Amino acid sequence: MKPFVSVEQLGKVYPGARGEGPLCVFDAVSFTIHKGEFVCLIGHSGCGKSTILNIVAGLDAATSGRVLVDAAEVRGPSLDRGVVFQHHALLPWLSARKNVAFAVRSRWPRWSEEQVAPHAQKYLDLVHLTGSEQKKPAELSGGMKQRVGIARAFAIQPKMLLLDEPFGALDALTRGLIQDELLQICAATHQTVLMITHDVDEAILLADRILLMSNGPRAGIAEVVKNLLPRGRTRQTIHRDPQYYPLRNHLLDFLVTRSKRYRNGAANGAPRTTPHEPAQEAAQ
Amino acid sequence: MRLPTRIRAALGSLLLLVLFLAAWQLATLPGHDARSGDPEYAALLGARKSGLPAPAQIAEAAWAQLKSPFHDGGMNDKGIAIQLAWSLGRVLLGFALAALVAVPLGFFVGTSPVVHRALNPYVQLLKPISPLAWMPLALYTIKDSSVSSVFVISICSLWPMLLNTAHGVASVKREWLDVARTLEVSAARKAFLVVLPAAAPTILTGMRISMGIAWLVIVAAEMLVGGTGIGYFVWNEWNNLSLANVIFALLIIGLMGMLLDLGFATLGKLVAYQE
Repeated sequence: MKPFVSVEQLGKVYPGARGEGPLCVFDAVSFTIHKGEFVCLIGHSGCGKSTILNIVAGLDAATSGRVLVDAAEVRGPSLDRGVVFQHHALLPWLSARKNVAFAVRSRWPRWSEEQVAPHAQKYLDLVHLTGSEQKKPAELSGGMKQRVGIARAFAIQPKMLLLDEPFGALDALTRGLIQDELLQICAATHQTVLMITHDVDEAILLADRILLMSNGPRAGIAEVVKNLLPRGRTRQTIHRDPQYYPLRNHLLDFLVTRSKRYRNGAANGAPRTTPHEPAQEAAQ
Repeated sequence: MRLPTRIRAALGSLLLLVLFLAAWQLATLPGHDARSGDPEYAALLGARKSGLPAPAQIAEAAWAQLKSPFHDGGMNDKGIAIQLAWSLGRVLLGFALAALVAVPLGFFVGTSPVVHRALNPYVQLLKPISPLAWMPLALYTIKDSSVSSVFVISICSLWPMLLNTAHGVASVKREWLDVARTLEVSAARKAFLVVLPAAAPTILTGMRISMGIAWLVIVAAEMLVGGTGIGYFVWNEWNNLSLANVIFALLIIGLMGMLLDLGFATLGKLVAYQE
């Protein structure tokens, strides 16, 4: 099966500051995402994972390489790729419903008010914001704001969803609730998702595959870990799965120790370890 | 029990007013001139009558003016409301013309750093010029004193609105623009539905500053060109040596300026948003 998203040899170089050479944040980043797949990208700050997401979104341009989505090269932002931003990015002068309606109207400009309003409401209901539609973002809690952001992204029915660390600023309880909601909606809509996170548990709960990025500069995808925990994972039961802790330890070990090693390897010009699927390792 | 802050402040204001009026009344009491014991000589020098009118005389003058605010007895005898209307009309017209130029231009300048830098030296050069310094040039080219004062108002209202609009537009949050980009929002929709509401509070602040300056300048401009308006009224009453009317006009000018400022503050609250 042809992948839905294909990221090919992506690289980003920033022109150097005074007296310094150009800074290569990451290079030769390649990965694919299949239709309906949920992929998480994990790495330390500064490895350029947000930049990769922005390039896939079309908000940023790569220095080298290209991104194909649905067999077409990404040349700019598109309604086909819904983005949930790190800091919700709601328009503060509009109520929750109007924020969603703004997106709906952008997607279907010919729709009448009678079509837009119920459609926006449907997605607000989906993220359990019924009753708070008329509130402005400043009157909503952090979790509710991010829910509006998710409703806005889903409401335009994009072909894929890009989430840039959407739960980073939330407390653990709220984060868990919204993760559940996101899982439900994704399962119901068979959405293709690329999500960035710092949180190992979040990745295991949500992702079918986890891409591990080495540290920058010259970061890259060091490992691709397949989540062997079957779909239908829930927060209540996931930690009882015998494969949960081996996988979790594998990911944590990577973040704590191995992510540095890969960087040093790349800096020395040594060939980068080819991405592998440590399925056996995780299953032990 | 302590009274609420608002009430205490109001009582304080009232107390200040009473003290001020009392001091004024005392200062303007007909006094004995120490230089001479001769009352007739003192009367000749005008010492029995103070130069400054007492509060009561001003109240009298104010009442006389307010009784018939719309009377029109020719060139130098117009009611205060007519004079005020002239000034207000000129200010609003000049301000509106300036806004028509400054807001779209500021929008353009704010979206393009190149245009901003290219225009900046000229704005910085023109901004500190006293608006009245334009008057000779305006009178020479326009050849109409009333239109010239409107032009002077426009010039002085232009800069704060231009700079604030440009600043407001330039500092619209990147993420809001990114949202518009990912939703493939058209340029016009983005300008009116994202950039304009985002920059509106800053633009309104610029308008409020402009209006404040315009109201300061109109009085001086009308003193200079004459004919009608509250500024001319002040000058005319000075020529009549009617200081009571001058002081009354000052109060009216202050009151009007306060109302204009209050109006823009209210407008500003309407477009304000909390992040």
